Amino acid sequence: MKNKLKLIIIFVSLIFCFIIFYKGLDKSNTYTPKTNIEKSLPTFKAKDFSLNTYVNSENIFSEENYYIVNIWASWCVPCRKEHPLLMELNKNQSIKLIGLNYKDNLSNAKKFINELGNPYGQILIDKDGTLAVEFGAYGVPESFLIDKNKKIIKKIIGPINKEIIEEIKLIIK
Amino acid sequence: MLANQIGYYSLIIGLLFSIYLCAVSIKDFNNTNRNVSPNIITLSFLQLTFVIVSFLSLIFSFINSDFSNETVFNNSHTTKPLFYKISGTWGNHEGSLLLWLLVLTLFIFLFLIKSREQPKKYRILTLLFQQLIIVGFFLFILKTSNPFNYLFPVPKEGLGLNPILQDPALAIHPPLLYLGYVGSSIIFSASLAAVVQNYISKEWGQHIKKWVLISWIFLTIGIMLGSIWAYYELGWGGFWFWDPVENVSLMPWLTLTALLHCILVLEKRGTLTSWVVILSITTFMLSMCGTFLVRSGILNSVHTFANDPARGIFILIFLFILIFLSLGIFFLFHNDNNKNSSNFYWLSKESTILVNNWFMMYFLSVVLIGTVYPIFLDVISAEKISVGPPFYQKLIAPFLAPFLFFMSFGLKLKWIKSKIENKSSLTIFLIISFMLTFFILKDITTELFFYTILISAAFFLLFTTSKELFLKRFNNISQAVAHFGFSLLILSILFNGILSSEIITNIKVGERFNYNKVEIFFEKIEEKKESNFDSIIGYFKITNDKGKVVELNPEIRFYNQPVTITSEADIKTTLFEDKFLVMNIVKSDDYFNIRYQVKPFMVWIWISVLILSLGGLMGLYKKKYEK
Amino acid sequence: MKTLKFFLIISLSIGSFQLKSEEKNDEFKNRILKNIRCLICQGQSVYDSESDFASSIKLIVNKMIDDGMSEDQVYKFLREKYGDWVIYEPELNKNTYILWLLPLLLFMIGGAIMIKKLNFKN
Repeated sequence: MKNKLKLIIIFVSLIFCFIIFYKGLDKSNTYTPKTNIEKSLPTFKAKDFSLNTYVNSENIFSEENYYIVNIWASWCVPCRKEHPLLMELNKNQSIKLIGLNYKDNLSNAKKFINELGNPYGQILIDKDGTLAVEFGAYGVPESFLIDKNKKIIKKIIGPINKEIIEEIKLIIK
Repeated sequence: MLANQIGYYSLIIGLLFSIYLCAVSIKDFNNTNRNVSPNIITLSFLQLTFVIVSFLSLIFSFINSDFSNETVFNNSHTTKPLFYKISGTWGNHEGSLLLWLLVLTLFIFLFLIKSREQPKKYRILTLLFQQLIIVGFFLFILKTSNPFNYLFPVPKEGLGLNPILQDPALAIHPPLLYLGYVGSSIIFSASLAAVVQNYISKEWGQHIKKWVLISWIFLTIGIMLGSIWAYYELGWGGFWFWDPVENVSLMPWLTLTALLHCILVLEKRGTLTSWVVILSITTFMLSMCGTFLVRSGILNSVHTFANDPARGIFILIFLFILIFLSLGIFFLFHNDNNKNSSNFYWLSKESTILVNNWFMMYFLSVVLIGTVYPIFLDVISAEKISVGPPFYQKLIAPFLAPFLFFMSFGLKLKWIKSKIENKSSLTIFLIISFMLTFFILKDITTELFFYTILISAAFFLLFTTSKELFLKRFNNISQAVAHFGFSLLILSILFNGILSSEIITNIKVGERFNYNKVEIFFEKIEEKKESNFDSIIGYFKITNDKGKVVELNPEIRFYNQPVTITSEADIKTTLFEDKFLVMNIVKSDDYFNIRYQVKPFMVWIWISVLILSLGGLMGLYKKKYEK
Repeated sequence: MKTLKFFLIISLSIGSFQLKSEEKNDEFKNRILKNIRCLICQGQSVYDSESDFASSIKLIVNKMIDDGMSEDQVYKFLREKYGDWVIYEPELNKNTYILWLLPLLLFMIGGAIMIKKLNFKN
């Protein structure tokens, strides 16, 4: 009897392991942080791009508006691709775009903006990348949708595309 | 082109041979001849030949840069040096599976010719079980991983092999490693055959021991080569990272080592039969499971082959068929008729081997659970966690000291029942170990208590085994050498870990950097061109706190196919310490980021593994020099 | 003269103390950095990696330690931003009890079985 019990336990555990491994095959093995958790907006101080003075996060996000924080750099190729979509999104009245210039050279960044246009209500300088870490970003481009309660409700890793724009437009209506 | 055809059809023929071999063997099993029909041995040889031909065809295609072959296209390039064109054959998924087949067919052939005094039915069953594995791999290769796929139109150039894989240690690491853990297939097949025939006995133990030793020696050296490669090539000066692929090679080593010890008991006393069978099965199952984990893409690791889940499903199903089959056979046929003698007297060699098993199984569970738990958690609750070096270190380190103590005592105990002899010399050794360790460590580490216990345990083992070697007791010299090597390994790793130091900084040509009485002078840069890469060599003069100057010249290489940048460390090795310098480009400016490490006793880690393997090798030839 | 020597000795020893504790501080920071995974080069620790992400994390961690935060606080901060995956050492929480405790449990069960099988009498 004891032997049979052992056998059944072993059999069941092996089937269990098989199922786990089988299902595990479908999972991606590279890690991307979760994009669906709601987080509160970090408080920080950053240098303004054009004014060259420090501003507080409370003052940046002062209005009762939707905000998009977009991390970009002049050396980032996908950022150029998403830029026209950001220009378009800026036309929407209920949302304001805040740019985070990541690990960039100031004159190159200014050239980028002059060349492709400025969709941002305000641009902040993040020379050493530490501000991006406050947002939980690890690469460029990344964007964060912030609602009227100052909560980050959506995180976009990689360049924004048309589907995401539509999703955002639905949310901010 | 022709090589492609030859290679492919050789595989098909090899598979047909498997089927034919099985049919002939079953017939031979049932007839009344006392010996295995010589036709079977010939057929096995022919099967091996065709696999060799297939393997050689692939090598030939690589040497000729025949890009009509998809595998060659994906993994080679005309400018690669010849040595790496050849070793690139087994450095990819498809080619390495051919290597699997080669070792599988080689070992069964060698088994057949080296086991002529063994019972006929046992030999035939071993062949049948091995053929089951071989057929599985033939099918796997032909269906999902064909090394002879055609590409048309034929590309002019290949995609090249990742330059960090173009290294001598990495070139011979797979063949040696495979001889180890693929070689454990023969132990698996032979054990299942022996269980069915109720042949697990002293005689069988004596016979199978050499196969266990051969597999163990190759596996030990194979793992060491992988670590040596990581140390020389990867640029962070480490040699073991508890990466899933490393763990996957360590697990069969743990069970194989435990099996080796159990075989000693089986050979002498005829007991621990269940342990022997289960460990034999587990070793090969872990090898296969490792193959699954590494090739299916299920784990995140720097080492994994880039692969698709379809291949993973095949191996997974194959693996579980083998597991169910082997466990089924064990439960159906295993006769544990030695229940009484399993009650060992607590102070005996048998019981220390049982204690060894206990610790080894614990270490195995730590590595196994650490490696696969993230998969389980992800599937069950979609949470992703990492299980990294701190986990393994925290769970293994506390158990090492008692493990080493048990080892020291166990080596001195006799079979059946024993007294602890020479209590006085043992006590002296213990006291010396402790005091020596304490005086060495008291000024150099903050975790004095923990390290003192651990290192004195290792010293104790070192002294007790050295005594055996000094007294030249030849009847157990292989054992003494192996355990001496193991104690040296633990000591080297621990002292290397405690005493290593590192300086990291960004530096420009012509600058001097000072830290802790060490001065690093970046003298100049030179450029060099080779056939498949351009490089910058940095010339550094480093003065240590005693005023001694060493010159180190790390290199940064720019490969053209595939376009990669690698850093080649310059390492100056002496018996006393390694000096390690690696240089990396910093994105902006003309600064270079350098890492300078001083690693005491580094080379002793490799030396001690060689001594450990030597002990195993001496065990193979035991009869020749022991009475 | 004697007072000068005295002060010289004191300041030098304070200097060497500082160096030692600076060393220890660096070792401490490095140990933390070795425990953080780089999200861009996913096989490396932040300590080993030269990626943008890794350099930003190094700056932040160094600043946090200099501000007096503990090792656990640093990990908590990073786990919150990037998920548990980013730290090599798995935290002991409801997700990982089995991970940490199962091997120990197996060890104890193994020990119990073994002790039962051993003969302690003559």
